[in-house]
Amino acid sequence: MPLHTMKRFDEELDELKTHILAMGGLVERAIENAVKSMLEQNEELALKTLERDKAINALEVQCDEMTREMLVRRQPAAGDLRFIMGIIKLVTDLERMGDLAAGIAQGMLRAEENPPRNFSNLDIMGEKVVRQVNRALDAFSRGDTELAMLVIEKDAGIDILYKRMYREMLTYMMEDPRVIGSSIILSNVAKNLERIADHATNIAEMVIYMERGHDIRHVDHEAAARLLSGEDNH
Amino acid sequence: MNTSKINIQDLKLWYGTEQALHGINLAIADKKITAFIGPSGCGKSTLLRCMNRMNDHISSCRIEGEVTLDDKNIYAPDVDVVQLRTHVGMVFQKPNPFPKSIYENIAYAPSIHGIAKKGVEMDELVETALKKASLWTEVKDKLHQSGTALSGGQQQRLCIARTIAIKPDVILMDEPCSALDPIASAKIEELMDELKSEFTIIIVTHSMQQAARVSDNTAFFYMGNLIEFGETSSLFSQPQQQQTEDYITGRFG
Ligand SMILES: Nc1ncnc2c1ncn2[C@@H]1O[C@H](COP(=O)(O)OP(=O)(O)OP(=O)(O)O)[C@@H](O)[C@H]1O
Ligand SMILES: [Mg+2]
Repeated sequence: MPLHTMKRFDEELDELKTHILAMGGLVERAIENAVKSMLEQNEELALKTLERDKAINALEVQCDEMTREMLVRRQPAAGDLRFIMGIIKLVTDLERMGDLAAGIAQGMLRAEENPPRNFSNLDIMGEKVVRQVNRALDAFSRGDTELAMLVIEKDAGIDILYKRMYREMLTYMMEDPRVIGSSIILSNVAKNLERIADHATNIAEMVIYMERGHDIRHVDHEAAARLLSGEDNH
Repeated sequence: MNTSKINIQDLKLWYGTEQALHGINLAIADKKITAFIGPSGCGKSTLLRCMNRMNDHISSCRIEGEVTLDDKNIYAPDVDVVQLRTHVGMVFQKPNPFPKSIYENIAYAPSIHGIAKKGVEMDELVETALKKASLWTEVKDKLHQSGTALSGGQQQRLCIARTIAIKPDVILMDEPCSALDPIASAKIEELMDELKSEFTIIIVTHSMQQAARVSDNTAFFYMGNLIEFGETSSLFSQPQQQQTEDYITGRFG
């Protein structure tokens, strides 16, 4: 795409993108560490994750200032408008993901007295969710709509993992009332991961909107895929 | 799309040997505001002038193709150009009131065309036109002062009142706000919004924000070609042509 006549605008758009990727990096690490703190019962790591959430929140505030200023000064249109609108949504998703990761770390601290005896598939679910987040951010970074579609498709697998884990926790609780506390915490952790993956899906949908101008939220996946491939024809 | 008021079909226009319009096809929706945008020299004013045959005054100008108003070709030999211009009025970039009173500025054309008789009927017509142009309260106590003594924004609204007074169907506006400050421009924009219930309006503007604010449909021109035409909101958020995207995002040239 050709550059803007106003060079500063191009720089600002680049800065915004870098900013989002930095924030995304922090969020990804927070999810990894939160899950790890739970699996390894590492209190220090949980506390560090909570502390780092403040940095994510600060980046959100900064990003809001940047986008607000660009709306006022540049009055963006077309692709620029969609990009900035996308960022405004995306940054909220990232911030929420950060909060959910912090929630996992808090769960670890609460479970410390009476840690779960087994973590079911938390390790696998954690890895898969982090990969979803990573893919979504990659798709954003490269403007890769195919990768974004992949994220959207893979979300169903995460939902299945969550439901399986939730049922497993229910069985443990019925079998042994002493594990009720830790099982509830663990199923909440899984719920947080499932919601993090939903936010990754939101990001992927935003990437498609930014790149193509199609709003595929609330459209079923097949219809979305058709919409996108139809556009590839010209 | 809505019923169209003006239909332009394969319109080509030359100034001497220079071709300024290359086969334009465009349907202007009735009682909507259509904006023409595009870089300087792309042919916006030229096309606008085709719609009330203002180009007839330019001797080097030659036209091919068709422009219909209510399905009647305005370039047909039997068309009375003076009559045509009572249906298709024009407001120019620079406010150009006659050096006469505010009252006479408005009454002049209706009296020539026999639209109203002098006296009470004309008084009413002047008042209605000034009210429609949102100028009445500002000038009702000085109708016999010179129109040229008004502020730029007021003069432009006076010119709009003058155009409205002959009860046209279509109002053409060529950069009507370019000489006005933002508040006077906002008043014109508000006025256009009110007028579109009665008139079909076409506005040429260099302000993309203005086009986005006031128009229902937008046409983007480049080098005498119509590049893209569509609903304003989708053209500005999701243009279909790369050239449109580059122009409206400030990546042009
Ligand atoms: N009277 C004229 N005689 C000869 N050439 C003309 C005449 N009027 C316009 N042109 C040429 O026709 C082309 C289109 O001009 P036009 O005035 O329609 O452009 P425009 O889009 O209105 O530009 P601007 O935004 O600067 O007003 C230009 O190349 C211009 O030089
Ligand atoms: Mg012009």
